[in-house]
Amino acid sequence: MDHPTAAAKFVANDTRAHWHDKALWFVREKRDRMAHGLPEWEILRETAAAIKSHTITHLADLLEQFEENATKLGATVHWARDGAEHNEIVHGLLRDHGVKKVVKSKSMLTEECHLNPFLERHGMEITDTDLGEWLVQLRQEAPSHIVLPAIHISKEEVGELFHDVLGTEAGNSDPQYLAEAARHALRQRFVEADAGLTGVNFAIAETGGIVVCTNEGNADLGTSLPKLHIASMGIEKIIPQAAHLGVFLRLLARSATGQPITTYSSHFHGPRPGGELHIVLVDNGRSDLIGSDEFRRSLSCIRCGACMNTCPVYRRSGGHSYGTTVPGPIGSILAPAQDAKAHHSLPFACSLCGSCTDVCPVKIDLHHQLLTWRKLIAVRGLVPLSKRLSMRLATAVFKRPWLFNLGGSIARWVTPKLPRFLIYNPLNAWGRQRELPEFPKESFRQAWEKRRSSSGGDGKDTSS
Amino acid sequence: MIRIGLFIPCYIDQLYPQVGMATVDVLERFGVQVEFPAEQTCCGQPMANTGLTESTRPLAERFLDIFRPYPYVVCPSGSCTSMVRYHYDEYLDGKDDFAELKAKTFELTEFLVDVLKVESIGGAFPHKVGLHQSCHGLRELRLASSSEMNVDPFNKAGSLLRTIEGLELTQLKRPDECCGFGGTFAVAEEAVSCMMGQDRIHDHEEAGTEVLTANDMSCLMHLDGLIRRQKKPIRVMHIAEILAQASHSRESGTGSLNERAHD
Repeated sequence: MDHPTAAAKFVANDTRAHWHDKALWFVREKRDRMAHGLPEWEILRETAAAIKSHTITHLADLLEQFEENATKLGATVHWARDGAEHNEIVHGLLRDHGVKKVVKSKSMLTEECHLNPFLERHGMEITDTDLGEWLVQLRQEAPSHIVLPAIHISKEEVGELFHDVLGTEAGNSDPQYLAEAARHALRQRFVEADAGLTGVNFAIAETGGIVVCTNEGNADLGTSLPKLHIASMGIEKIIPQAAHLGVFLRLLARSATGQPITTYSSHFHGPRPGGELHIVLVDNGRSDLIGSDEFRRSLSCIRCGACMNTCPVYRRSGGHSYGTTVPGPIGSILAPAQDAKAHHSLPFACSLCGSCTDVCPVKIDLHHQLLTWRKLIAVRGLVPLSKRLSMRLATAVFKRPWLFNLGGSIARWVTPKLPRFLIYNPLNAWGRQRELPEFPKESFRQAWEKRRSSSGGDGKDTSS
Repeated sequence: MIRIGLFIPCYIDQLYPQVGMATVDVLERFGVQVEFPAEQTCCGQPMANTGLTESTRPLAERFLDIFRPYPYVVCPSGSCTSMVRYHYDEYLDGKDDFAELKAKTFELTEFLVDVLKVESIGGAFPHKVGLHQSCHGLRELRLASSSEMNVDPFNKAGSLLRTIEGLELTQLKRPDECCGFGGTFAVAEEAVSCMMGQDRIHDHEEAGTEVLTANDMSCLMHLDGLIRRQKKPIRVMHIAEILAQASHSRESGTGSLNERAHD
């Protein structure tokens, strides 16, 4: 399903669409208060963008430096070319350790690699321990947002889900009650787990340490009880030095949820005593983006989700309408890089308002990259023929002022005379909910010419 | 006397002649010699935003040739101005006079504030006015500070409107959210586009807006289409029309809404 079709379905439920829009706008406003409360906000963004730009252009060296230092700390570093390799590596480690039950804190990378279904096919039981992630896992759907995975689900729906799955009281949708029920059920999963999986927010080349940011502490618990910790990260998560962490931790939580800092910023420097730490570095198309002048900067993304919260289209169409692991503006740049044909409608799911670019903590020029994608999609012949032909016709007219004037005059003369049903026909998408402009008798150039040729009034003849 | 080449967007030429005439009126009142090169048609933005580079190129080339002779180019649209200033590079980079074209092309309120150094429009327009911040003017041309960024607040259009007697700017809950026009987006993503427009209008209704204005008539065409379909009591006017009426009222001593600055 292309984006306009999925979006129209979402919009059709007006109550839900407005509730979704308001929930995310609330987060955007929280973010604004935080951003406006720091006098150095714009300097932080500049600094973060510069660090990321340096990192991406020195990525190979920094990754090797990270591997060396992480290994010195006692971790094992694995390299995965794509999602399939990543899943094989993780499965191999789990199998070799005789693991049956796994707890996982939120990781968009494992979503991108479709790790859960892969492990389930191999007979393992995997539990997402981030509450939102667990909700979408129980509903057997994908996250609709990278930071707020269950933002599309109402508390009433959670009440029904928990009644079915956990046996909570029917009709009880009190958030406190439901959270307690989830906490109780998840505790059991933590205790029984043989391995803990996490994502990575930042990996520090200089130290070989990794940092995982959560609000629920589930990454800490999931890696403290079982002995085996596997951390999966996209190769762009590297930062050069520990000192840079201060810049990114300040930007990340403020941009993501409007908090000054995430509740837990967990630092892992090698395995804990008696345990094992494996870090899987995943490429999955990222190095292709490094080679692209147009899209290299999209690798600066720290996955804060601010571009989703601010995007007027995302807020009104929901994350699932994008059909990708990462939705919204940044997802609409990353997804066509994986498969331009499948995701050709995403760069057009954008009014080019530029709010994403202004909100981005690492200053990715998101709306310009979306515009660039439109050009590449056109070059690959993926723009619908109707659009291509109508634009080619328009150019032919615009190249000839006499034809432009004639066409305009005819349209302005004919349209007001047509019966309403002919104008507002089912093919007229503009007119479904909107009136057309009231066609004036004369064009500007006719009015201008008239004024110029008349000597009266204040119509001075100033044309050369 | 400052001489300018007037750049009238194609849809204003054909559908909103009064906006073009109001632009002329405002510029002349501030002593500008306005010339309209009749060879102009469209800057090519619809094609460029559809990704159709080769359909855009000839229009960009024409534009440079047509406006080459003028010391300034002034346009009553932030979006079309932004096209010339920031999106012509791939078509015209290295061509004679292109760097000059980018530097001398201005949106109307930007030209009034930054080039003519207009501090006051004067006159009266006794109405509650809702200013819609059209996105390309806001986040490409930086005609005002955007709500996302932590910069000192400024607003070029707002600063002009505030000098008009009786004009009250309404306070919106979302001061600079997109209206959902977005060119072909308005048709390709009709459902989302119209919902965005409805939400903007609702914000203005709650704020008590009587006259909804913007630097871009394209946003207003979309919003007006929704307003008229639902017969809502909000009137839409391009900012040039308000500036023209206000400065006209300074001479005639009236500020009635129904009065045309130009007949």
